[in-house]
Amino acid sequence: MPWDPSDDVIEVVRGPKAAGGIGAVYRAFGETLRGLKTTLGQLSMGVTTVSYPEEKIPVYPRFRGRHRLHRFEDSGLEKCVGCSLCAAACPADCIRVVAAENDAEDRVSAGERYAAVYEINMSRCIFCGYCEIACPFDAITMGHDYELSDANRSELIFTKEMLLAPPVERTPLRAEGE
Amino acid sequence: MNLPLAAVDYIEPWWMVVIKCLVLAFVGLQLVPLVLLAERKILGRFQNRYGPNRVGIYGVGTPIADIIKLLTKEEFRPRTAIGWLFVLAPVLSIVAAFGALAIIPYGPVVDIFGTATGLYGIDVSIGPLYVFAFGAIAFYGLMLGGWSSGSKYSFLGSMRAAAQLISYEVAQGMALIGVIITAQTMSLTGIVEAQKGMWYVIPQFVGFIIFMVASFAETNRPPFDLTEADAELTGGYITEYGGGRFALYFFAEYLNVIVISGMATTLFLGGWLLPFGIDPPAWVDPFVVIAKILAFVVFFIWVRATLPRLRYDQLMSLGWKILLPLSTLNALVTAAVVVLLD
Repeated sequence: MPWDPSDDVIEVVRGPKAAGGIGAVYRAFGETLRGLKTTLGQLSMGVTTVSYPEEKIPVYPRFRGRHRLHRFEDSGLEKCVGCSLCAAACPADCIRVVAAENDAEDRVSAGERYAAVYEINMSRCIFCGYCEIACPFDAITMGHDYELSDANRSELIFTKEMLLAPPVERTPLRAEGE
Repeated sequence: MNLPLAAVDYIEPWWMVVIKCLVLAFVGLQLVPLVLLAERKILGRFQNRYGPNRVGIYGVGTPIADIIKLLTKEEFRPRTAIGWLFVLAPVLSIVAAFGALAIIPYGPVVDIFGTATGLYGIDVSIGPLYVFAFGAIAFYGLMLGGWSSGSKYSFLGSMRAAAQLISYEVAQGMALIGVIITAQTMSLTGIVEAQKGMWYVIPQFVGFIIFMVASFAETNRPPFDLTEADAELTGGYITEYGGGRFALYFFAEYLNVIVISGMATTLFLGGWLLPFGIDPPAWVDPFVVIAKILAFVVFFIWVRATLPRLRYDQLMSLGWKILLPLSTLNALVTAAVVVLLD
């Protein structure tokens, strides 16, 4: 029994029938030439590729890259007092702080206590910047470095010495108004 | 009566023939990496990017790195493949491509070391038919390669190749009839000599366009690369090929582009002739031909950057419903004009 189409079968609406004959050939030829002109125009547009390792796109001042720990500029003491607020704020749980009492003879930080161990596991960090917000002493800030890859995971655990050291500025900063 | 045959009124010594073969093969082998690199660089510029620029200065080492990579890879084949055919098919392709390369004339008969030498591999009296014959053999390379792979994608690709090459060979041949009628010879050097007054691209413009479109299809270049259509067939007849065999196919494809460019140069752009009556010394001729070939190659790349791939039914209707009638009409009109002017 042949299939009987019911009323709810929608008739397929097709586009206008393609014109045949010499006119269509002529038109297709013209359209092809137009396409060739368009692509040729792209040659003069230059290259938009950024050859990454050699040239880098400058980052914005508020870009959240690798963290930095800071010292007081005058006394050279660490700003971090080991309060662990950053570790508490961290949603990825990648900060480990072990605090210790400051010695009066050999002060490490300006406060009562200091961070004996301060580690950030960069392979877990999501660069949300909550640590920076949580810090009451502006001891930790987000830097601009984003080239953090390494050959094994243990080297991605940044210690306090690494975070305190002035970072190798490998990332250009976007100038004002750029 | 002037028979449509090549005038061979001199005999080249055997050593000259050997030297010629070697030189032509080396020229072909040198042009292929150049075209490979040019394709990727120029295509990149068309798409607002650099193209390969890491190996060597400006990326010039890329083709050689590619070739070394391919040649040092493992030779493998699917368990379902038909062994000896699978090995033979790419060889057939490259042999046919090199065979066709022999016919492109780079210059007239000149005097080298006191012997009259034609600056071409051979000047056969059947001219373009020789290229078509080798094109037909190359098509066996594609067919057998796809079929003997024992894979569905390869098989589909080779079936498409078969239909496509047969369809467009007809239109290509018919487009050349206009040229042959106008030149009244089938020898390629004769055809070039006949273009002294005016290149055939002007009186045979329709034929030229048809020939170029059919050439894109014959060489499986975009927009007619349905045989390898990566989006739907993962690679067509070359799906199962890797390493050196893939390199052979790759080489053959680009050699075919060069051969077809050489044919277009010879048949429509006046071979080694320069316009405006400029008549350089004989040693310039091969460079003129190579420059024209490279110009055609750039055009091939330009078209690749521009046109999207055709659907299969569009391909067939273009070949049989438009190009074939148009080329037949072109041949008839040319014949009528030649008879009327005679």
